[in-house]
Amino acid sequence: MSLLAVRDLAVARGGLRAVEGVSFNLEAGGALVLRGPNGVGKTTLLRTLAGLQPLVAGVIEAAPDAIAYAGHSDGLKPALTAAENLRFWSEIFGGHDIAGALEAMNLRDLAERPAHALSAGQKRRLGLARLMVTGRPVWLLDEPTVSLDRDSVALFAGMLRAHLGRGGAAVIATHIELGLPEAEILELGPYRATRTRRESRPAGFNEVFG
Amino acid sequence: MKALLIRDLRLATRAGGGFGLALAFFLIVCTLVPFGVGPEGGQLSRIAPGILWVGALLSCLLSLDRIFALDFEDGSLDLLATAPLPLEGTVAIKAFAHWLVTGLPLALSAPVFGLLLHLPGPAYPWLVASLMLGTPALSMLGAFGAAVTVGLRRGGLLMSLLVLPLYVPTLIFGAEAVRRGAAGADPVTPLVFLAAITLATLALAPFAAAAALRVNLR
Repeated sequence: MSLLAVRDLAVARGGLRAVEGVSFNLEAGGALVLRGPNGVGKTTLLRTLAGLQPLVAGVIEAAPDAIAYAGHSDGLKPALTAAENLRFWSEIFGGHDIAGALEAMNLRDLAERPAHALSAGQKRRLGLARLMVTGRPVWLLDEPTVSLDRDSVALFAGMLRAHLGRGGAAVIATHIELGLPEAEILELGPYRATRTRRESRPAGFNEVFG
Repeated sequence: MKALLIRDLRLATRAGGGFGLALAFFLIVCTLVPFGVGPEGGQLSRIAPGILWVGALLSCLLSLDRIFALDFEDGSLDLLATAPLPLEGTVAIKAFAHWLVTGLPLALSAPVFGLLLHLPGPAYPWLVASLMLGTPALSMLGAFGAAVTVGLRRGGLLMSLLVLPLYVPTLIFGAEAVRRGAAGADPVTPLVFLAAITLATLALAPFAAAAALRVNLR
């Protein structure tokens, strides 16, 4: 069963096309790793898949409410404790159990600590634990391992593998090896929008603002 | 929806949340005015309805930019936009939370500030009624202004310029209701207009604000 299908997708950043002609098909249990130099459009592609940005051309087919997005920032409130932060997102996404998510990212001992007292890596772990309480099958991960130490990366890879095992899927923009041999790798470099700057100007108002 | 409301109220009342800021600002405005215009009772009574309404309006403005700016900075807004809750609902809930921590306390405590300004006796119930009816529109229009300027540096200043003109109808009818109450005239007509403005705002502004947020999240 296909969870996310993309055909001939073109995305734009700031009105200029970043990548175009991207196609892939993500089955249940599948993972796709996005690779490419800085600025090639990995974040833009993920944000477009998440529905935060309009696409320029192509088709994205995804089940409604299938996608959970995790960007560069973790969406944590410094004044709330780790557990409160997680519980909030769990309630917003339909009330999934937070104990399992705390356990999976080894946050149990930090649950009652306010988020402002967490280190960068601990915050990131909490942000990744949020994915579990969304209960959504397709995870879009933008540099998920930033500020994680080696043990935490392994912890995260374990959580990701468990998610894939449950019939989930993930699209991951990352530069490091996550230890997911089954993951497909999509090199975005060849899809970089090739037209010259003048030609890649948007066709009109609707391409920019539509 | 309840979760979002509870979170916003909790954040507002925890340390650094800014709860009470609007009230303190309102108090300062109301104590400064007698220093400025002189303590003569008759003169203060005459201008009290207008001062109270302008003061309430400016106090409301003070915390508006926090409605979306903080959520935008820490990435929560991206996540809320991809949540099952429609963005329009998110906007409405956040405006409601803003009203609960600013507009409602302002309306309930306004009689105390009325005393400071020598507001005539019969005007008190109408002061509370007009603020109760009018302040929801202030929060909702403010949420729209905050949505338009979210992500801009120094967006708060620009937001004030955008939002204050939109507050004019609410100010006119709100202050007029209190003035009529003070003069012993019938304040129902301006109150009805005030309620109409608030209802129209509540119906339209969430959609405008959500559209503005979608553009700003790109």
